[in-house]
Amino acid sequence: MKTYKRSNAPIFWLLFGAGGMMAALFGPIMVFITGIAVPIGLLLPADAMSYPKMLAFAQNFIGKGFLFVAIFLFAWHSAHRIFHSLHDVGIHRGVLAKALTYGVAAVVTVIAAVNLWVIGF
Amino acid sequence: MSEQKIIEIEILRYLPESDQEPRSEIYKVPFTDDMSVLQGVQYIKDNFDGSLTFRWSCRMAICGSCGMMINGIPKLACENFIRDYYPKRITVEALNNFPIEKDLVVDLSGFIEKLEAIQPYIIPKEPRTVEQGEYIQTPAQFSEYIQFTSCINCTLCYAACPQVGLDPDFIGPGAMALLYRYNRDSRDGGEAQRMEVAASTEGVFVCGATGYCSEVCPKKVDPGNAVNVNKINAAKDYFLRFLSPKGGAK
Amino acid sequence: MSKRRPYVRSKSGWWKKDPYYVEYMVHESTALFVAAYAIVLTIGTVCLAAGEAAWNGYLEAMKSPLSIIFHLILLAAIVYHAFTWFKLFPLTTPPVVLGGKKLEPELIVRGGWVVAVGVAVVSFVIVWGLA
Repeated sequence: MKTYKRSNAPIFWLLFGAGGMMAALFGPIMVFITGIAVPIGLLLPADAMSYPKMLAFAQNFIGKGFLFVAIFLFAWHSAHRIFHSLHDVGIHRGVLAKALTYGVAAVVTVIAAVNLWVIGF
Repeated sequence: MSEQKIIEIEILRYLPESDQEPRSEIYKVPFTDDMSVLQGVQYIKDNFDGSLTFRWSCRMAICGSCGMMINGIPKLACENFIRDYYPKRITVEALNNFPIEKDLVVDLSGFIEKLEAIQPYIIPKEPRTVEQGEYIQTPAQFSEYIQFTSCINCTLCYAACPQVGLDPDFIGPGAMALLYRYNRDSRDGGEAQRMEVAASTEGVFVCGATGYCSEVCPKKVDPGNAVNVNKINAAKDYFLRFLSPKGGAK
Repeated sequence: MSKRRPYVRSKSGWWKKDPYYVEYMVHESTALFVAAYAIVLTIGTVCLAAGEAAWNGYLEAMKSPLSIIFHLILLAAIVYHAFTWFKLFPLTTPPVVLGGKKLEPELIVRGGWVVAVGVAVVSFVIVWGLA
């Protein structure tokens, strides 16, 4: 009889799902605030992301947690989705595909974690 | 009497004994408004080329035999009418993602193996003897799985699913819908056995959630939902097996 | 001897062959933009940790026209991600049963969109309050 190997996908699939949800709920407004509203001074004061304010935000437990979870989940969500898409366009689910997706997500996670740690509490 | 209408039907032909690869052939078929695409194909076989090969049986969308790519979309040829395509040409091709056996006939053996693998029959939770009588099921319990019993194994969902084509081992939407049908049956106790297949590298996680399978299903089974809900079940099994005394599937 | 010679068709370019697949590839590719934004945020943490000068440099870079255009594209892509994420809910999540009846799929999709807009508005108000 044929034997089946258990897939480890649930780990990555859960991160994909959580990240997709977070990106759907918070992604648009985050991009709008950090990338458009604050830089061009639209609706929000120009100093909304000044150094003292951002430092305070990133040192706050909730602020730091939010930043880390957002970066972590966005990275792993997209890694899993791109990994699937690479397979869709004919790039085998091999070491290269894993390095380009999950590998990048892991590096991003580590850089964000280290720097959020360095920023202090 | 009005003038006889003629439709062009282009069929992807493949005769393994003489053709190196499939080739297109165009037939000019006279038709009436009550003719299905299947009848058009039958007309070609009866009048132009008796070697044209295809599967069909009931002509009323219940046997699931006459699935074909009609203008690139997997459909049952019996329930789609020539008049809806006229005056444009209809292209007919064997179902995608399956090897072509001959003309419009595909090799279904892979599908049959997948179907067997998910054990599409009730594995009794508690076996009963004839003397003990029938298994009692409430309408509410029945409604849990009724939708998934409508599957006619026509494999249109397999032709719609890109992952089936890219990953021929993928269990696929139709078989997963049936797996779900039995898992949800109150009389059944085979979920753990079937989980081995569902949670495997050939199981639900191959799915990329394109959703086209549910779109083309002629019986509104929604196999795509069955696959995706089973991702949740397989993920639960993945993490909770460490807590469960039985240890879940292997 | 068997005369069988099953012919396997190529899958190359499959995603171009049906509008349904094209849309699938488009919404899957929003992941590239989500990844890009994760990287933008990560660079932000690097600059913030490096001190005031570095952070001000980051803010200046975010003000460049190129960055604004880039973020407008990101915004469009991630809004499309949110739109399609909830649109797929009837496919990807178990049916919601209320009072013995299945909830209409359209209702679930619209509910998701409403929640997404609500979260965005509330988040903006909170940020506005903090700023």
